[in-house]
Amino acid sequence: MTAVTSSPPSLDVTHLAFAYPDGHQALFGVDFRIERGERVALLGPNGAGKTTLVLHLNGILSGGTGTVTVAGLPVGKQHMAEIRRRVGIVFQDPDDQLFMPTVREDVAFGPAAAGLKGAELEARVDKALGLVGMTEFKDRPPHHLSFGQRRRVAVATVLAMEPEILVLDEPSSNLDPASRRELADILRSLDVTVLMVTHDLPYALELCPRSLILSDGVIAADGKTADLLADDTLMRAHRLELPFGFDPRTVATSTGGR
Amino acid sequence: MGAGGGTSRVSEFERGGAHKLYRHGHSPVHGLPPHTKLAATFAFVVVVVSTPREAMWAFALYAVLLGIVAYVARVPAGFLLRRLLIEIPFVAFAVLMPFVAEGERVDVLGLSLSVSGLWGAWNVLAKGTLGVAASVLLASTTELRALLLGLQRLKLPPLLVQIASFMIRYGDVITDEMRRMRIARESRGFEARGIRHWGVLAKSAGALFIRSYERGERVHLAMVSRGYAGAMPVIDEVTASRAQWSYALTLPLAALVVCLLGWTL
Repeated sequence: MTAVTSSPPSLDVTHLAFAYPDGHQALFGVDFRIERGERVALLGPNGAGKTTLVLHLNGILSGGTGTVTVAGLPVGKQHMAEIRRRVGIVFQDPDDQLFMPTVREDVAFGPAAAGLKGAELEARVDKALGLVGMTEFKDRPPHHLSFGQRRRVAVATVLAMEPEILVLDEPSSNLDPASRRELADILRSLDVTVLMVTHDLPYALELCPRSLILSDGVIAADGKTADLLADDTLMRAHRLELPFGFDPRTVATSTGGR
Repeated sequence: MGAGGGTSRVSEFERGGAHKLYRHGHSPVHGLPPHTKLAATFAFVVVVVSTPREAMWAFALYAVLLGIVAYVARVPAGFLLRRLLIEIPFVAFAVLMPFVAEGERVDVLGLSLSVSGLWGAWNVLAKGTLGVAASVLLASTTELRALLLGLQRLKLPPLLVQIASFMIRYGDVITDEMRRMRIARESRGFEARGIRHWGVLAKSAGALFIRSYERGERVHLAMVSRGYAGAMPVIDEVTASRAQWSYALTLPLAALVVCLLGWTL
């Protein structure tokens, strides 16, 4: 992965800590940076604070200490619209993400909210749907699509905003193997920084050369995905378990990079 | 809805994005911009309601006008008449009026009926039927989505339009959730028989409400993440030419002429 050294990192998180109003502390000082064009997996057991971290990336949650910077722009009240355009979050349940009556209107929602109109808006919608291979479903209502198709449209809704970084929350959940592979092909073909939150470890290995492990509100490890998955003690310490019969050492050669 | 089970759901899906009242077609009426049709239907109903009930011939003329619209829209009479059945509860009320109303009475077939009650029943029946028929025609020639765009164009408060559009989007999702809960109940041997089981059904309804509420919160989060700040961005601007407006308003204008004649004659 060759990052362009002149441009600022896509995402820079420093000393991020956060406690919910009820006193539950979810993040205890998180630090990491993701360079432009990288694909990084954020691994962690349930309750490690992954969702809390994701909601900080576009300023939905704030008020703790530390900073988040997206391509040089600090996340904060004054640039909220621009931050939300730059950080595209794909939520886990596509039924939550796709809230408009047709696929086309849903994909158009983000850019239209940013002020795009007419032919320019239409072109943006077509391009985003083309990237995920869903152009022919443009005028269909989202609830008549299969689950895998809905997930792909959900990715398109975010791509239409031409984000700096694509954040995916459990992208492989509920997908059958074919849809899983199709989504992987799409994600690999995109020219965008990707942060993928998951506990699907084979998927992380397939798509992301680098991984972060978030555990108990801190980054417990940061390194090559293949190395992390091969470290049994580390994995066990953070309740990360590989599926039966899966050995990262034997599959690692065919993946990684572009 | 949930009682239908798997097969009915499939057919609901096959019906596509349209609602059950909608009848797909390419007639001139289908092609009119939605807000012109909404305005025309509303104006027509207002005119019908303000016609004096004694001018019985006027109501016959209104029915003829609607018949012409249905013909132009290629909506078959059978389809239209079946959809009219929805007014039966109101008709039942109208039928009671001649029996219960006070005042001068006449004997019809050995029954003593009130004259003012008969007029009242006729009034409700005629105006109600015409209003429902006009609405059914509107619904069968306009897609739900287009109706919402029309309402938006006619400056209905945006919040109401948003609520209605979310109802369309999430109706199926919530029905599906309800169906899954019913299957889960029945799989564990539960069958609703009699009053003792109402508690279980009430708890299911409560759970469904909470699930929908939580979904609402998640949807809001997704909207905010894509730049929502209280107003829906305008994606499709519906516009109507002068010709389309005048075409749509032919119906209420013709009705207005009939109405004025009804008042003067």
